Amino acid sequence: MPIQSLKGALQALLLVAIFFAGVWSQSSGVIDDFLFYLPDVQYLAVQHLWLTAISGGLAILVAIPLGIVLSRPSMTRWAESLMQVLNVGTTIPTLAVLALSMSFLGIGTVPAVFGLFVATLLPITRNTYTGLKGVDPALMEAAAGIGMSSTQRLLRVELPNALYVIFAGMRTALTINVGTVPLAFLIGAGGLGELIFTGIDLYDPVMMLAGAIPTALLAIVVDALIATVAFLLVPRGVNPSRA
Amino acid sequence: MIELDNLTKVFDTPKGAVVAADHISMSVPSGEICILLGPSGCGKTTTLKMINRIVKPTSGKVFINGEDTTGMNTQDLRRNIGYVIQQIGLFPNMTIEQNITVVPQLLGWDKARYRERARELMAMISMEPDAFLKRFPSELSGGQQQRIGVARALAADPPVMLMDEPFGAIDPINRAVIQDEFLKMQQELKKTIMFVSHDIDEAIKMGDQVAIFREGKLVQHSSPDDLLAAPKNAFVESFLGEDRTLKRLNLVKVHEVVSDEIATVSPGDTLETALGRIDDYGYQNAILMVNDQRQPVGLITRAKARTTKGYCRDHFENVPATVTLEDDLRKVASLMFAQDATWLPCVDDEGRVYGQITQRAMTHHLGSRFRAHEAASRNPDSAVKE
Repeated sequence: MPIQSLKGALQALLLVAIFFAGVWSQSSGVIDDFLFYLPDVQYLAVQHLWLTAISGGLAILVAIPLGIVLSRPSMTRWAESLMQVLNVGTTIPTLAVLALSMSFLGIGTVPAVFGLFVATLLPITRNTYTGLKGVDPALMEAAAGIGMSSTQRLLRVELPNALYVIFAGMRTALTINVGTVPLAFLIGAGGLGELIFTGIDLYDPVMMLAGAIPTALLAIVVDALIATVAFLLVPRGVNPSRA
Repeated sequence: MIELDNLTKVFDTPKGAVVAADHISMSVPSGEICILLGPSGCGKTTTLKMINRIVKPTSGKVFINGEDTTGMNTQDLRRNIGYVIQQIGLFPNMTIEQNITVVPQLLGWDKARYRERARELMAMISMEPDAFLKRFPSELSGGQQQRIGVARALAADPPVMLMDEPFGAIDPINRAVIQDEFLKMQQELKKTIMFVSHDIDEAIKMGDQVAIFREGKLVQHSSPDDLLAAPKNAFVESFLGEDRTLKRLNLVKVHEVVSDEIATVSPGDTLETALGRIDDYGYQNAILMVNDQRQPVGLITRAKARTTKGYCRDHFENVPATVTLEDDLRKVASLMFAQDATWLPCVDDEGRVYGQITQRAMTHHLGSRFRAHEAASRNPDSAVKE
């Protein structure tokens, strides 16, 4: 019981703290300052989400088939070395990737989408590959012994069983993607980075936070969204969150 | 009917070619279970898996019901062979119903038909359809999962089944239960089954035939009784174990050994009559007392009959145990040892005395096969082909 009452006390304390923070921000005018940036935030958040959606969507479209191809038995000889190449690819900082793609593709949305696409590709490919490789060999033998063709095995056994891991990859990749989009501002693609970097340059913390807080919230929302989709799509028998 | 004709598998390994199965030729008649038995690495599993091409044969042919399978499409071939593996391999992403209807669906049955079939199969493996069909494999115990595994293999009613140590991962108590259930099903289904095992007791219990493998070669292929009575060489002998004669007890039924010559007394007879009969028939200890329906009701011991006067009905002891004609000798031996008896009365289905089974008759029955075998091996010319 002491732990229960301690928890209750902490919750009450938190509510009081939030209340006073609200009182303080109202009286000091910070809220008004924030509201000043609201139209900017709305416009830039949409731009931000577009960048994520296009680069992330392309990455998913490329990464999952790539992971599937690499996991085929006929690719065993090449798969690990190709995964290593992709691994080395991710060790390059995203900022450097953006800089590189700018030097080839110029300034604007296209190089930003390309840079983000490259950064998002690997986690999804890796998880697709690992998930498919991780399917119990006994299942594969049973599926083959029953008379499933290789396509039927992939669609009915391998993918459903690897889906949870694949979704985990997408979650990580897209959350990182949302958090990386602000850098796209640096090569002229807009997004909430505009408020963050301008805020830093002008030494205007409120402006910076007006960019940073929505970015964090977007990341959380995207994460929750994919988690929900995974919850609904992954078959119940292989879904740890529905066990 | 499954026939293997010079089936051979050579694996190319970094250390050179390894012959996993060396010109295996054998056949399993329709409706029988053939157990492939041997130590690990002997080629039994490779041989089994060549039949449904999980392992591609290097050379040789497989005939199923007289038809050469070499030219058949792999998927079609496999859909017509039931396949059960030790790891069970139920698809965890599918419900039990989806799992057992996989093959009918692959074969393009319509929905109503395969759903009906799922319920039929569940009844066959004595699991409640409504309780289980909508559940997932992870929610079932190991024994239940393997029952479903067997049901899945039976779903499209294939004439032939391959089973790779199907009950190996199940605890001994459940294993015995599932084996019994399976044998009961097999009596009705009459599938032609190849069954890999490394457990000699399982082989004797389940097999109509046993094929013993060693280092890729088929060493001996015969009925379990012949195998135990006449092992072909020292390897088979050592594989079967030194207590192989005791294992034969499982295979012999009481009706093969029972003698219908048995003297009895009725409750109305005097002890004097009883003693007379004990002496006439040369019984050592006692004589059985039966009622009007010839059901055994008691024993009159020799000591009692000699020292006491009166009627049998006043001086009998309880019958320690009786056996039926369908019991196996293992049960009989166990009862004899437990009761310290050298014979037991044997009753028919209605509980009437049919005869008696003695330790001497049992040892004689088990021993006569050995003597026949030894006589045969001394005179190879006159060897009786069994």
